[in-house]
Amino acid sequence: MNIKIAVIQFPGSNCDLDTLYVLNNVMKIDAELVWHKQFDGSKFDGAVLPGGFSFGDYLRAGIIAAHSPAIDQARQMLNDDKPIIGTCNGFQILTEAQLLPGALLQNDSLKFICKWIRIRVDNNQTAFTNKMGLGDILDIPIAHGEGRYFTEKLKELEENNQIVFRYVNESGEAEENANPNGSLENIAGVCDLEQKCVGLMPHPERASETILSPEKTVHGKLFFSSMLNFIERNVK
Amino acid sequence: MNSFIVEIVMTLKSAARDPVAETIQRDLIAKKGYNMISNIRSGQYLKIDIEAEDMNSAKEIIIEMCNKLRIFNPVTQNLNILNVSKKNSREL
Repeated sequence: MNIKIAVIQFPGSNCDLDTLYVLNNVMKIDAELVWHKQFDGSKFDGAVLPGGFSFGDYLRAGIIAAHSPAIDQARQMLNDDKPIIGTCNGFQILTEAQLLPGALLQNDSLKFICKWIRIRVDNNQTAFTNKMGLGDILDIPIAHGEGRYFTEKLKELEENNQIVFRYVNESGEAEENANPNGSLENIAGVCDLEQKCVGLMPHPERASETILSPEKTVHGKLFFSSMLNFIERNVK
Repeated sequence: MNSFIVEIVMTLKSAARDPVAETIQRDLIAKKGYNMISNIRSGQYLKIDIEAEDMNSAKEIIIEMCNKLRIFNPVTQNLNILNVSKKNSREL
């Protein structure tokens, strides 16, 4: 089976080509860049909403892209058991579109933060984490001004195992100093109830080649190999 | 139909920290001696020109639109209608 993945491009996306490069050249996956208005989810087995500043982040990061016809396609794909991941701005779009719970607010420091951090895998059952171990610590960079995760339904998320990643220190503890942006409970990424849709602020596509990684790790690849694994398992 | 101006402001829910307001208060107002000011919350303001039958329907259309299009995010924000006025009474 030839697995085909879409990288959805919105006006203002700027991690689209990086993501496409990693999928095509590092992961050797058949991936295609698709303009958001022309996106037809039935032609793909999965989709990535990349980072950037869709529609200039006007009003709120992700809200205008959340009204794109691409989101209706994404919703249909999820109904058809196809995995979708949103990284950084893609995560903001998925929360504004209510495909993922919660919202991303301006960092508590009011600064744009661009650095390598660590996240812990708190749910390794999702379409994008099934090749990771529970409690694994991943090296991965963040680059955002609005990444402070907020929800009033924390208990519900915990009960449903929807908290996928937390910002942690070297020892894997989700303590205050390891929290780069003031996110509630150090939350870095969440998933939907069916665990097929995942969103996170860090950038897996920037952590998939040793040349880019200060620790020479390639933990970003695990997201995409998990996606492949999920799709292949689903087909069988 | 008449012309109205509806002014709305969207503020963060009280459970969410407001670092913009905290910075204004901590690093400017308190430092300059205005210690009588105890709390500040920031928000996003929109001034909307609208054609409607009357003030009430102008207000209702705006509230419906804000909810339907998620002009404000109900996960994090509250929507407040600040003022509804007849356009020609304020802006000739």
